[in-house]
Amino acid sequence: MTVQNPSAATEPGVVDGHEVVSHRKSRPALSEGKRAERRLGLWLCAPAFIVMIAVTGYPIVYSIWLSLQRYDLRFPAQHEFIGFANYAAVLTNSYWWTSFGITMFLTVVSVAIEFVLGMALALLLHRTLVGRGLVRTVALIPYGIVTVVAAFSWYFAWTPKTGYLANALGSGAAPLTDQWPSLFIIILAEVWKTTPFMALLLMAGLALVPEDLLKAASMDGASAWQRFTKVMLPVMKPAILVALLFRTLDAFRIFDNIYVLTSGAQDTGSVSMMTYDNLVKGLNLGIGSTMAVLIFITVAIIAFLFIKVFGTAAPGSDDGGKR
Amino acid sequence: MATATTGRKVTWGVLDLLVIAFALIPVLWILSLSFKTKDTLTDGSFWPQQWTLKNYADIFQTSEFLRALVNSIGIAIISTLIAVVFGTMAAYAIARLEFPGKRLLVGLSLLIAMFPQVSLVTPLFNIERGLGLFDTWPGLILPYITFALPLSIYTLSAFFREIPWELEKAAKMDGATPAQAFRKVIAPLAAPGVFTTAILVFILCWNDFLFAISLTSTTASRTVPAALSFFTGSSQFEDPTGQVSAAAVVITIPIIIFVLFFQRRIVAGLTSGAVKG
Repeated sequence: MTVQNPSAATEPGVVDGHEVVSHRKSRPALSEGKRAERRLGLWLCAPAFIVMIAVTGYPIVYSIWLSLQRYDLRFPAQHEFIGFANYAAVLTNSYWWTSFGITMFLTVVSVAIEFVLGMALALLLHRTLVGRGLVRTVALIPYGIVTVVAAFSWYFAWTPKTGYLANALGSGAAPLTDQWPSLFIIILAEVWKTTPFMALLLMAGLALVPEDLLKAASMDGASAWQRFTKVMLPVMKPAILVALLFRTLDAFRIFDNIYVLTSGAQDTGSVSMMTYDNLVKGLNLGIGSTMAVLIFITVAIIAFLFIKVFGTAAPGSDDGGKR
Repeated sequence: MATATTGRKVTWGVLDLLVIAFALIPVLWILSLSFKTKDTLTDGSFWPQQWTLKNYADIFQTSEFLRALVNSIGIAIISTLIAVVFGTMAAYAIARLEFPGKRLLVGLSLLIAMFPQVSLVTPLFNIERGLGLFDTWPGLILPYITFALPLSIYTLSAFFREIPWELEKAAKMDGATPAQAFRKVIAPLAAPGVFTTAILVFILCWNDFLFAISLTSTTASRTVPAALSFFTGSSQFEDPTGQVSAAAVVITIPIIIFVLFFQRRIVAGLTSGAVKG
């Protein structure tokens, strides 16, 4: 159990503000000690707060401002305010919708596969009778490894002649030059890299399933599958939703793997890839910022759906100090 | 019953091996490529038929790679230090103090953990050009700290909530000065959490590619992941595969060391930070 300092009796509370505890407001005038504590708390948080706001808050506002302008670094003379014309240009552009569709497809498919494999891996890591330490250690390697390194490993593996996997397909096979095989390889690379992370998040949920409950269900004649779906999944639901939320948002940002594997050729580019290309190759800040804002809005919508529709408990809300 | 247990052990053992193979094959493959000679690089065999260290010798002779390695190490360490110090301060306040705006900070951290980094690339590019931060160390360190802070605040506040703080009071009652109570009692209890967080944050910064490739333009601040994508070999006719692989192996070494020695802590840190908050 968590041992609390009396003065910290109220936990950080719930992020979305629905369960704001009201007893703080009814407290009598603050004592000198309380005021000192508040001052200290604010001072301690100030650096983190300022950095986070300065590096994300300001640029996103600036980005909205840039997105309303024609601003191409190659043609600085044409810099002017044009309202929502950039949005009209992006939203009627077929390349944007293609990469948006590709990003959605990659996100949904890779998160679905990761969830199934991650759950299996979590059960294995949680339950295995032999070599638990070893398998946990090894499973962490994909999590830790630099994405670009792993992407190069897959890239070389699927390169004709060089790669053992490309050669296994038969001579002349060049999977990275076709759209569907490329998408499959991108998903493979994503799944390999992030399944351990998914598994760890699910394993934390698994640890909350009471052993007694499983035993009781078993005594009542529940099969292994029934124990899994009727006992474990409901208890794990919050952990599952958090894992899915984090992974979905992360998968939506996919960039590194695509950059190395295909550079977005053959219609395999994600929205991140397109934004990057627009900036580096196009130097078009207006259009680039428009895409930035659109991606930001999409991510906000996904997070909103998860939290409001599926009832994902926002991470950071207190769960009573349980481990 | 003995046979049933043995049978189950074998089943688990086979599953373990599958996971281990799945996790290790891509790593072993890039390791194998890095030891292949130029002539055998395209033979498609999983293990090198002829071994060589030439790829490693080559990359360490290019200033391009050495400079990138220095950048990667320097930028990741500085970002980690700052993010962990700021994170420790904020997490201590969140775990132990009562003050207005606490929920705001937790909420903001959550938002940033979900923030699409690519949305920052275009505006930061222009802001950093204006401030003269483009293609400099601070130009990368700032976004790294920002995205490391939520991770470090969450992980550390979860750790701090587990510390039996009343020991501090007990030590003071026994006559310890506040400094002694901190040094002898609290610091040793908090150190593992801080250390774990530092590893996680380092991995995060070490891994970044998007900022590294968008906010740099020369070797002045380009980190290894970004430099890897520009490797072309010493001439355009030379296949860079061996050198890319060798460089990839070099930057994988610290990760392998962390994972091998601190597996337990990394697992504890990730699960406490991400799920418990």
